[in-house]
Amino acid sequence: MAAVSSDNRGLRLAVRYAVLTLVAVIFVFPLLFMAMSSLKPDHQLLTDTGSLRAFLPVGDISFDNYGAAFERAPIGVFVLNSVLVTGVTVAFSLLVCSMAAFSFVFLNWRGRDAVFGVLLATFIIPYETIFVPLLLMMSQLPWIGRGGIEVGWLNTYRAQIIPFIADGLSIFLFVQYFKDLPRELIEASRVEGAGWWLIYRRIVMPLSGPVFATAAILKFLFMYNQYLWPLMVVQAEDIRPVMVGLGYFTDQLNVPWGEVMAYLTIITVPVLAFYLSLQRAFISSVASTGVKG
Amino acid sequence: MADVILRNVRKSYGSVDVIKGVDIDIPDGGFVVFVGPSGCGKSTLLRMIAGLEDISGGTLEIGGEVVNDVQASERGIAMVFQSYAIFPHMTVRENVAFGLTIAGASKEEKERKVAEAARILRMEHLLDRRPGQLSGGQRQRVAIGRAIVRKPRVFLFDEPLSNLDAALRLDMRIEIGKLHKSLGATMVYVTHDQVEAMTLADRIVVLKDGRVQQAGAPMELYHRPENRFVAGFIGAPSMNFLDVEVVSRDGNSAKVRSDVVAEFAAPAWREGIPTSGGAILGVRPQDLRPVESGGALSGSVNLAERLGIETVVDVTLRDGARVLASLAEDRVFEPGQSIQLGFDPGRAHLFPRDEPADAD
Repeated sequence: MAAVSSDNRGLRLAVRYAVLTLVAVIFVFPLLFMAMSSLKPDHQLLTDTGSLRAFLPVGDISFDNYGAAFERAPIGVFVLNSVLVTGVTVAFSLLVCSMAAFSFVFLNWRGRDAVFGVLLATFIIPYETIFVPLLLMMSQLPWIGRGGIEVGWLNTYRAQIIPFIADGLSIFLFVQYFKDLPRELIEASRVEGAGWWLIYRRIVMPLSGPVFATAAILKFLFMYNQYLWPLMVVQAEDIRPVMVGLGYFTDQLNVPWGEVMAYLTIITVPVLAFYLSLQRAFISSVASTGVKG
Repeated sequence: MADVILRNVRKSYGSVDVIKGVDIDIPDGGFVVFVGPSGCGKSTLLRMIAGLEDISGGTLEIGGEVVNDVQASERGIAMVFQSYAIFPHMTVRENVAFGLTIAGASKEEKERKVAEAARILRMEHLLDRRPGQLSGGQRQRVAIGRAIVRKPRVFLFDEPLSNLDAALRLDMRIEIGKLHKSLGATMVYVTHDQVEAMTLADRIVVLKDGRVQQAGAPMELYHRPENRFVAGFIGAPSMNFLDVEVVSRDGNSAKVRSDVVAEFAAPAWREGIPTSGGAILGVRPQDLRPVESGGALSGSVNLAERLGIETVVDVTLRDGARVLASLAEDRVFEPGQSIQLGFDPGRAHLFPRDEPADAD
């Protein structure tokens, strides 16, 4: 009996690992294809796509595509711009959205539920549908700059950042998480003399690591992958983000696939680094969804 | 330290009134316990004193100052919650010092006061642990430590012992009693456990449906309950109630009888007792004793529970009514056995019949 049960367990484990390996392969192969292709000249790259060689570092391997890609486009500037725009948006978004959620969950104010209802309704509106009116607004918004009041936000970092700081989904995520925090902790803090800001900073924030990580990753991916909006509001090369930069490689009849792959490999690195740094918290947040602690 | 005075305090949620005009005086240094059945409003009332619930009407004074609109953080109170409510991401030391940190106390002051609280509560060895590494009793100590370290004007306890097992509950009850004596602080305590209420309080407030039924010293409530609700709520097992007829009344004494109760003169000082007609006789199970003959009540034993130090006998009377007798001895009774019960007429209670007695 013991042997049978042990065999069963071994088989079950083997099946489980086989499935997980398959899933991992499905997710890893495109990345592997991209990285390997970035090391090959175009003619070999296209030939290899018909076989498993596409995923292997074989044939004429070099870093030439990287050199060519750096010559074709100011990649460093694009990556820096994306990291800046994404980083600032994520930081402000976490602060603003979590504070908004704090207010929805812990403060009593007139019209709170109605406002939250409207906020939820914004989920169903795709950003693309509001980009044109948003663009018109951006072109006429004032700003206090170094030279006094300026009009128009086009061609600026702020046009890429500010419209995306607050969003319904992030606020909703925070609201759901905050609702599950024991209310007595908040009440105990109030009785102990803490004001709302202190409660937010000293109690709620430290207990909400997983939801901060989740909101950060989702916002990071959304911002880093932005293409249409920066294409519309930014014309100057020195503030363009990475996705718009992809246009430098595709607007010709003959697409330099090796350079495209090299460019994609470079711009994938920040995303992977960011995700891996928050992976543990992200998984625990996803795992705790719907489970009351 | 401060006194707490509630004047016609009311609380409504929309059209639902949960506290219906409560007047309570809690003297400086007093230990007042709110008791009552679930939903009677005792916790709501405590939370209103804490500032965690708005006050819909009336006034609440702490230390001579009306605090209806004063934030919880400004009231100078400390509260111990049923669920402990200690911060899981902080060590015991940080938890206990939380209020002091917020108040901007110096490091030396915090260390001194935390050490003092830890000594009083015997938790010096726990200071660097996190709440996850503590037992329920230890967590409750931390919660109490956090409350005493700030020397608040009023301590509020919201069923602080109900999550603990029986042995720990007894320990903590004794500790809270000692703490009150040593600090001399004003304490307001909510519980549904009448043993806690009777042993800790110097004044008990019995609540039902958002109203005060009676407020007084524990023994006053036990011996002279003003109505059937208080009589039934205070004391365990609950007081027995029997329908009787008033034969005649002479001042504070009334002769009563029924089919199962032999005629006797009962104290009749409560309002509403008629000079003739129906009334309710109340006798505590502890006041009943078995007699060989001539007992006021007679019936048969339904069930007897031997608890060692006492025996609780469930007796069915001739008319089908049931009474409990709690005898301070270990004695064997057989089911179906005939039994006669007597009691001291002076310890009987007479209530008007039209007054509801149900705890809920």
